[in-house]
Amino acid sequence: MMPFIIKNLPILIVITPLMFSLIVAVLNNNRLAWTLSTFASFLTMIFTIFLCFEVSYKSNISYYLGNWPPPLGIEYVIDRISIIPIMIVSVIGLIATLFAHNFFTLEIDEKLVSKTYSLWLLTIAGLIGLITTADAFNLFVFLEISSLSAVALVALGSKVDRKALVAGYNYLILGAVGATFYVIGVGLLYGVTGTLNMGDLAQKIPALGLNKSVIVAFTFMMLGIMVKAAVFPLHIWLPNAYAYAPSPVSVLLAATATKVSIYIIVRISYTIFGSSYEIYSFESLRYILLYLAILAMFAGTIMAIFEKDVKKLLAHSSVAQIGYIVLGISLATSPGIASSFIHLINHALIKAGLFMSIVAMGYYTLKRIDVKTIAGLGRQLPITFFSFVICALSLAGLPLTVGFISKLYLIKAAYMSEGIWLPFLILVSSALSLIYIWKLIEGLWYSKKSLKIEKIRELPEIYLPLLVITFLNIYFGIDAGLIIDNSFIASDALMSGIR
Amino acid sequence: MDNLILKVCTKVLFTPIILFGLYVQFHGDFGPGGGFQAGVIVAAAFILYAMVFSVEDCKVIMPPKLNFFLLALGAFLYGFVGIIGLILGDPYLSYDVLGTTKEAGQHIGILLVEFGVGLTVCNVMISLFYSFANFNFGKKNND
Repeated sequence: MMPFIIKNLPILIVITPLMFSLIVAVLNNNRLAWTLSTFASFLTMIFTIFLCFEVSYKSNISYYLGNWPPPLGIEYVIDRISIIPIMIVSVIGLIATLFAHNFFTLEIDEKLVSKTYSLWLLTIAGLIGLITTADAFNLFVFLEISSLSAVALVALGSKVDRKALVAGYNYLILGAVGATFYVIGVGLLYGVTGTLNMGDLAQKIPALGLNKSVIVAFTFMMLGIMVKAAVFPLHIWLPNAYAYAPSPVSVLLAATATKVSIYIIVRISYTIFGSSYEIYSFESLRYILLYLAILAMFAGTIMAIFEKDVKKLLAHSSVAQIGYIVLGISLATSPGIASSFIHLINHALIKAGLFMSIVAMGYYTLKRIDVKTIAGLGRQLPITFFSFVICALSLAGLPLTVGFISKLYLIKAAYMSEGIWLPFLILVSSALSLIYIWKLIEGLWYSKKSLKIEKIRELPEIYLPLLVITFLNIYFGIDAGLIIDNSFIASDALMSGIR
Repeated sequence: MDNLILKVCTKVLFTPIILFGLYVQFHGDFGPGGGFQAGVIVAAAFILYAMVFSVEDCKVIMPPKLNFFLLALGAFLYGFVGIIGLILGDPYLSYDVLGTTKEAGQHIGILLVEFGVGLTVCNVMISLFYSFANFNFGKKNND
């Protein structure tokens, strides 16, 4: 049994959620649907852990679908780079699935709950597939699977607030534009190289020299994925989609969806076009990305400061955090990319924790959480409030939390390649983010309403997953070796692709 | 619609359309055709029936629950045929092990997979038609 599993790990992590999503879809019993989904995401995480061990001593696992060798068939590749986002998606996927049950029964029509779980697993399968595949067109297929199911999940928030329909529609249109741009780029590349395999493309592109089709293809692919990753001026769909989606969906999407897209940006610019780095990729593009990232840092933070609705506030802050991650990539040095990988992991932990505690407050009070309705809630819900404070301080970058580690490495990398002005800007925007964090903590704890203290009973199935995330936030803030080492290994592996 | 000619013609055409769909389906592995086209043709028979008689009548011959079940079943069949190969020791989606020779295995595999595709496409078409036909503006939609 074991050798069979070990041999097929790269495909098992994709088809486990995929096949379970089809089984879950036809179930009538909502409880059973949840149990099966949890089982599926648990299996996926177990397989991912096996895969981590495999990768740590093999460093590169390649899997041929249907036994067709790469330039013809589809190849899945797991290496030290892709294992990081796979780990993020499967861990957050499991925690969010455990967390989801109460919310889905409350927020979604009873008849639709099992179909919601089906879409949920399909999103997870799509996201993991996006990371594992080494075929440019197969990547497009998974892009469509994950974003279409995510759109449907966002629109399911319409029972609580009908604005979810508009949010889902915007996400659909912009996501479709992004995916189309990507596939136009892939088509152009296929036209000039005759191959879709990423490794094969990387070998064939340098021979083409300054080919206009390749330049256009690169631009289309990058733009398409930047829409999906919500890099600053292309982030319009994000705040509403996160704010009006059903609560667990906000958690899952905020923690994983944009991270995976950022990983694809890295893959496109370093793996596919890395071999002809000087001609196509970064030297010009990286300054565009750098300034967009700086704009994102400030625009996201300032929007968050003036926002009243807390879920939307967190979504705006996500835009700013994506700015930090893109900033690391745009430095185009090994420490820069390592720092953006570190922040990729840490931000997934931070945002999952923040969204989980905020939607938990919404669940207990049955109200939409905005700056006014949170007044005094901190004293009524001590456990949730505790988790919220830890994650919020982590977002601001307080020492002993994961946020500090990522800010530290980002500032170090920025100082090494750009001098003092860039770390200064990073620090200013971090300081600005304290304003909205303090606004929330003040409302939750120090509000006048908190004088009459009546505790709401907190449910263990909601606060246990939340505490796990909070624990991870502190644990990796103190013992960050695992994340840092793996991020540096990944960034060195990426940089070695550039000749 | 209450037109005798249309009703009789639909009754006459219903089975030949499905038969033609099945022909396209099973022709698909060695000629033009296949699951996608066949699924749409078979669904066209049901949609024609619903348009000439009524959506309610069509729901008698293809209940929405069965429709949804078949929809998932088709996709499941596709994945499951891949898993059979995986259990018998080859990579996912490799059909060599299904038959006595490699060619026979591929033949069986593609036939089953195309059948799954046909089933899913047909039922997606029908369920799309149902959800648009049932859509009441301003009212809450129950299906």
